[in-house]
Amino acid sequence: MNSVHDMGGMTCFGPVEPEGDEPVFHDEWERRVLALTIATSGLFGPLDKRRHVLEKLDPLEYLSCTYYERWLGRLERSVEQEGLAGKAEVAQGLGTPISTGTLESVIREGRPASRTTGRQEARFSVGDRVRARKLNPPGHTRLVQYVRGRSGVIARLHGTHSFPDTTAHDEGENPQPLYSVRFTAQKLWGPAAPAGDQLFIDLWEDYLEPQHG
Amino acid sequence: MADQRHHEASHNPYLEKRRTEVETSALEERVRRLEEALTSWGLVSKETLDRVVEIYENDLGPLNGAKVIARAWVDESYRKRLLEDATEAIRELGFGGLQGEHMVVVENTLTVHNVVCCTLCSCYPWPVLGLPPTWYKDPPYRSRIAIDPRSVLREFGLEFEPAVEVRVWDSSSEIRYLVLPERPEGTEDFDEESLAKLVTRDSMIGVGKAGEP
Repeated sequence: MNSVHDMGGMTCFGPVEPEGDEPVFHDEWERRVLALTIATSGLFGPLDKRRHVLEKLDPLEYLSCTYYERWLGRLERSVEQEGLAGKAEVAQGLGTPISTGTLESVIREGRPASRTTGRQEARFSVGDRVRARKLNPPGHTRLVQYVRGRSGVIARLHGTHSFPDTTAHDEGENPQPLYSVRFTAQKLWGPAAPAGDQLFIDLWEDYLEPQHG
Repeated sequence: MADQRHHEASHNPYLEKRRTEVETSALEERVRRLEEALTSWGLVSKETLDRVVEIYENDLGPLNGAKVIARAWVDESYRKRLLEDATEAIRELGFGGLQGEHMVVVENTLTVHNVVCCTLCSCYPWPVLGLPPTWYKDPPYRSRIAIDPRSVLREFGLEFEPAVEVRVWDSSSEIRYLVLPERPEGTEDFDEESLAKLVTRDSMIGVGKAGEP
C-alpha cells in the first residue's frame, strides 16, 4: 500500500537533527515497549506482518507519533487483531510464556529470512540490466515507490529469501531470489543529481523485469 | 526525568516530539495495561522483559561493530573475509543474531563513500550497532538520504568532492549493512584496541568518519 511510511525521496521534513549523547531510551515506558515487542514477536506472526500493522496506522498518527509510540500502537492493535483477550485459555492465564533462555537464543541466533525451499535458481546475474516493475500492491510490499518503473543493474545476489508481500498476509513465504540492485542517482532523481552517485536497494525477483536495449 | 528529555528543544516541527507530563502519564498507563494483560495471560514474564531491556541497553551497541572494524584494519585476511561474507566474519568475533542474520559490509575508500539507511522503516544491524538513534528512524533522514544524500551528509559535517562517488544503501530486505570506514591517518602504530576506540557509530552508518568525535 502506498502510504507515508514509504518516505524515500520526500524533501519536506527539514534538517536531520541528531541529539548529542542520545540515550538508548528516553523514558522507562519505551524500555517496556521494546521488550514487549521482542518478547511477543512469536505471537503476532512474521516480521513482515508486524511491519504491515505499522504501515496501516492512520498517516497522521504515523507522522505525529514518536517511534516507540508507533510500536505501542502496533502492540495494542496486534493484541486486538489476534483477539487474545477473548481466547478462553488466555483469559484464564494458561498461556505459555516464552522462557528467558529461549528468547535469549532467538536474539543470539536470529530468525534468518533465507530459505532452501522455493525458487532457488536466479533469473538474473550480476551486471544484468533490470527494471523495477510498476506495481501498486494493496497490501504490504518492500518495493519502494521511488524505484518503480526505473532501470538499474544487478549488483549482487543475496540468495533465496522469503517474500514479504505474501508472507505478511499469510499467503505463504513464496521464497525467491533477492538481489541488490544499483540505480544511478540520475535515473532515480533526474539530471540535477550528481553524475557519479548511486543508490543500492534490495529487490525480490517478482519486483523485477528484464530491461532490454 | 520527564524534563531532562526536553532540554534541547528542536527547531524542526516534525521533530518536536515533546510530550507533556499528562501525555507521558497516559503513555505509561497504556504500556502498564498492556504489560499487565500480557503477563496475566501468561504470555510473557516480567523477568524475560527485564532481560530483553538489559541486552539491548547494555550488551549490544556500537562497541561490537568497532571491534569488527578495528580487526579489519589490522588483519588483511579478515578484511577480505568481512567483505566477502560479513555474516560469517562477524560471527568469528562472537556477534550476530536478531536483525543481523544477513550482513553485508561496504568499504569506504578515497573515491567511494557509503551511507546506510532504511527509507521504509528502521532496519539497522542491531548485533553490531545496537538499537538505532532516533534521527535514523525519523522522517528527515529516512526521506532525504535517498534523494539528496550529500545535503544530509553536510548536516553531519561531511563534504565530498564531486569526483567521490556517494553510494546510498537502502535496507529494504533482511540484509543489514555496515560501513567499513577509512582508517584514520597517523594511526599506523595503534593496536587493535586503540583503533576500536576511534570507530564511532556514525562512521559505521556512513554519516561520520572514524577518528572524529
